[in-house]
Amino acid sequence: MAINYIYPDYEIARNQDRCINCRVCERQCSNGAHEYIEDLNKMVSYDEKCVNCHRCVALCPTRALKIVKSGHTFKENANWPGKIINEIYKQAESGGVLLSSMGNPESFPVYFDKMLINASQVTNPSIDPLREPMETKVFLGPKPQKIERDEKGRIKKVLPPFLTLSMPVMFSAMSYGSISYNAHESLARAAEEVGIYYNTGEGGLHEDFYKYGKNTIVQVASGRFGVHPDYLAAAAAIEIKMGQGAKPGIGGHLPGTKVGPDVSRTRMIPEGSDAISPAPHHDIYSIEDLRQLVYSLKEATNYQKPVIVKIAAVHNVAAIASGIARSGADIIAIDGFRGGTGAAPTRIRDNVGIPIELALACVDKRLRDEGIRDNVSIVVGGGIRSSADVVKAIALGADCVYVATAALMALGCHLCRSCHTGKCNWGIATQVPELAKRLNPNIGYKRLVNLMNAWKHEIEEMMGGMGINSIETLKGNRLMLRGVGLNEKELEILGIKHAGE
Amino acid sequence: MNKLRRVYVNEEWCLGCHLCEYYCAFANLNGRDLARTLKNVRINPRIKIEERNGISFAVSCRHCDEPLCRKGCITGAISISDGVITIDRDRCIGCYTCILSCPYGAVSPSDEGPVQKCELCTKNIYGTPQCVTGCPNAAIVYEERW
Repeated sequence: MAINYIYPDYEIARNQDRCINCRVCERQCSNGAHEYIEDLNKMVSYDEKCVNCHRCVALCPTRALKIVKSGHTFKENANWPGKIINEIYKQAESGGVLLSSMGNPESFPVYFDKMLINASQVTNPSIDPLREPMETKVFLGPKPQKIERDEKGRIKKVLPPFLTLSMPVMFSAMSYGSISYNAHESLARAAEEVGIYYNTGEGGLHEDFYKYGKNTIVQVASGRFGVHPDYLAAAAAIEIKMGQGAKPGIGGHLPGTKVGPDVSRTRMIPEGSDAISPAPHHDIYSIEDLRQLVYSLKEATNYQKPVIVKIAAVHNVAAIASGIARSGADIIAIDGFRGGTGAAPTRIRDNVGIPIELALACVDKRLRDEGIRDNVSIVVGGGIRSSADVVKAIALGADCVYVATAALMALGCHLCRSCHTGKCNWGIATQVPELAKRLNPNIGYKRLVNLMNAWKHEIEEMMGGMGINSIETLKGNRLMLRGVGLNEKELEILGIKHAGE
Repeated sequence: MNKLRRVYVNEEWCLGCHLCEYYCAFANLNGRDLARTLKNVRINPRIKIEERNGISFAVSCRHCDEPLCRKGCITGAISISDGVITIDRDRCIGCYTCILSCPYGAVSPSDEGPVQKCELCTKNIYGTPQCVTGCPNAAIVYEERW
């Protein structure tokens, strides 16, 4: 179309006094936002191509670059903010569904930021984690409710299969295809070193990563990509993906351009074909159907591996979780509406699902009320940003959390939310070889290990402050939380008191 | 071969960003501020990126045990000290035999003397190879391999 209605969101600000024309910005931008003009002996920038990923900013050796918000504005209108006007222009031009990546960026309440953690003073001692033992180990899976003894009175030690983690954090599902080989390698090696688990997502497991199997959770999603007996056998646990927080109600979308030879082989689909997962599992229309899949997977793996059922946090999440806890699943994973994605329709990402804090609180309560909380462990993801969020989630009743966005940030992600273009300048959400090699897993896995170790220290410090020396004691300990600025209903759902109470 | 830390390039991780060239030039000009030192300067680095067909890697002196540049030097200006091949600029007469004899193309004419080559930043204010420190993807490493 002749007229382009859209003015760029960002401007590339170049300090010409500091620019030495080294052209690193030009070489590193996959969107072509920089160019060296020989006649002028000068670098120029094209704002409209910039996605604000900061690759050029980070690599510029003289700090000559920064990205600023363009001051361009529409006439102020509380009902029609510029973002919505631009979206209408885009759709009027393309006729298509708006696509987005990463988690919901809209200004919905973040309940983690409205909860505060307790600490011991005078009447109960706090614990110094540097001097005293502190247990961050957790076990995921059903907990036996009674001790059984044989005829000679010895304890029967037959426990159902469970996962053991050095700390209550795991890397959540990101498929090979949506993220690069190097990103997967970084996650796998970090999980192994930290003693936690990473999740293959629905794209199968690359043959090179079978060796990390004991730290791998493999996913079985509605598309069944890459699912075969060896895949299941390689893993420590199997996750059935019923839903994803970023796009509840729809399946994964991997554009054919990302399906190269390796992804094709791993997913067991033809090269270049779009990998569109069906919205539902076509064999699951009830909890009974889900139970069949849970037991099919258990049967296929000799009842050796726990089965996780992952659902998006939606309105009826407590009842759904109750059903799942009775379906034979060992672990329930709940994904909040802030959860990330490599590609989702914008309207769904920004308008569907509920906050993970509320979903977690109501699921934990429901399962306790029904006396089935020990049948399953609860893992929550979709909005965990720091160790404080981890502590708050555990105090609300989670056994463990899933993080993915934070993990990608450790690998270099700058949250530019352009994953769906497949041109990730940081080598994460891309399958273009020249871009993927920008993520050196030798660096990446160390950064992930650093992040996890840092969080572990912080979790220990916060637990110590509360006078608590193990995650088990913190779990579901909602007295350790107080709300600020929350109404009666919110406090009731979260099951916490207001600060001052 | 004596065990010595050398600069190695992992082609697998080289992005062809050319930053090593700039850090090399900067270090060997004994610069303190990169923008001030290299503004309006056409750099003549001792490490150079070779690239073709999407493959790129940085090339600098291998610090060979039996260096052909030293063998060819007619004035004895090239010597090995502690495993680092160095050039004595006072002895060098600029015959360029070393440039012709180096199979890697690691010796080149210099802007401020007859010839230059990587001396692992031992002769500038930095003391350790700046191409290694500046490489954004750890493609250039400074390590012992044998």
